[in-house]
Amino acid sequence: MNETDTPKKRSFPFSLAIIIIIIIFSITAFYQAMNAYLSPSPSPAEGNYFILLGIVGLAMSAYMLLRTRRVAPQISLETQRVSTTILCEKCGFKKIQPFEVGDYIIKEVEPCPKCDEKMMITSIYREENEKEKR
Amino acid sequence: MSFVPEDGILGLVVQIGWLAFIVVSVFYGQRLQMWTMLREVGSSLTRFKAMKDWGRKTAITVVKEVGKKKDDPTVMIEEFLEHRVYPPVDLDPAGIVWKLEHVLDVRDDRFKDDVKLMAPEADETQIFNLEMMLGCAAALNIIYKIIRHYYLLGKKTMSLYSIMQVQMILPMLLIEAKAYASALKAISQGQPIGDGVGALVAAKLMHGYEQREIAKDTIVAKVPIEDRTAYVIKARGPGANVGKPGEAIKRVLEETEGKISTIIMVDASQKLEGEKRGDVYGGVGVIIGGIGVEKFKADESVLKHKVPVNAVYVREDMGDAISAMRKEIIDSVDPAIEKVKRLILERTNAKDSIMIVGVGNSVGIGQ
Repeated sequence: MNETDTPKKRSFPFSLAIIIIIIIFSITAFYQAMNAYLSPSPSPAEGNYFILLGIVGLAMSAYMLLRTRRVAPQISLETQRVSTTILCEKCGFKKIQPFEVGDYIIKEVEPCPKCDEKMMITSIYREENEKEKR
Repeated sequence: MSFVPEDGILGLVVQIGWLAFIVVSVFYGQRLQMWTMLREVGSSLTRFKAMKDWGRKTAITVVKEVGKKKDDPTVMIEEFLEHRVYPPVDLDPAGIVWKLEHVLDVRDDRFKDDVKLMAPEADETQIFNLEMMLGCAAALNIIYKIIRHYYLLGKKTMSLYSIMQVQMILPMLLIEAKAYASALKAISQGQPIGDGVGALVAAKLMHGYEQREIAKDTIVAKVPIEDRTAYVIKARGPGANVGKPGEAIKRVLEETEGKISTIIMVDASQKLEGEKRGDVYGGVGVIIGGIGVEKFKADESVLKHKVPVNAVYVREDMGDAISAMRKEIIDSVDPAIEKVKRLILERTNAKDSIMIVGVGNSVGIGQ
């Protein structure tokens, strides 16, 4: 067993060929239905049958297309926005900035611009995007 | 009005068509179902493979960046991803916890040594983070391999039940794999994760007080709270580390000869679908996740000294627990501290000694 055992994308998949054939048959069925209705000696039973056949064929091909649709191999790992909150416990000055590698909660950082007391990282959290909120 | 012609060539074709359909359904129905399932699993497999490859690539990049090793660490990382742990035999389960603990300790030491060899320039915090990041990459690797195993087995044997097993758990595995991928990203950068909420509560309580190591990678601080003396315990941060909370509880109980009025444990707990993330609630009993060694030790110690254990938990799902901490989770820290204080006032008397254990991973959380 090796990495090549993973299913590979074929240039013209078998399922796609079947879907195309079914679509062609469905279109032909609709054409036959039209002929049956509009011919000099109309045959509604035949027309209805071909309409039914065409609808079933189209529904089948649509279903197969949805089922066999290849999932994109890329992973959708969206970049998460992570923020760092820095707080001066003495005067309450608060600063929120993007997370930087090396930040951690309860880390003493630069002095407060207001009172010159050492500030501390009080929280690091990920900003939610709209999709996550739902 | 009729839908199907009853006579003529067309009627014959329809009847033959129906007969063919019935014959195919009877003899090949299961096989058709099998092909559909195989296709579905195969399609998901490409997705899992992409995640596994991404994890491997990210791990290699981060180790190279942090470790600054002269030689290429790729081969070492690939070997690490294939590492396996063989648990002790459980035919005679008596004493298995200690054997399991030994195996896990050996694994932990071995992993740290391997990471030091891969990344010689990494500091202690980075070694902890790299170890856990590689653990996530290894988890993605094994998930992919398990699915591939069942996929190939199903193809080889054409057994519906082989492929059905994996097809049924695919959605759950996908959620798990996504959570690991997200964790890998957060931990590689040293960001706190949702599982660290208990550790964060303890960190906030013990900050500014003298701390000492009570068990391996686990610290304790004696903190005055509400006119009581609290032994606050957490895993040492800010590196990715869960410490040994069970061992720490045992040692504090031994040191104090069991004179602890109550133990309050704070941890993240699995939320059920429909429950609100970040809600803080309480309960009783030892709340420690993982393989069970630490929980077992804590259970044994509290039983021996007859100490009541109260739990405070924060609801979150698996994805939240191992990815960068969400706003709702970090906002639940102050309510959790309030709940701990309320429990102290309700369940203990002034001048009592108590224990507060912040359980969870200390990545990105100091003390």
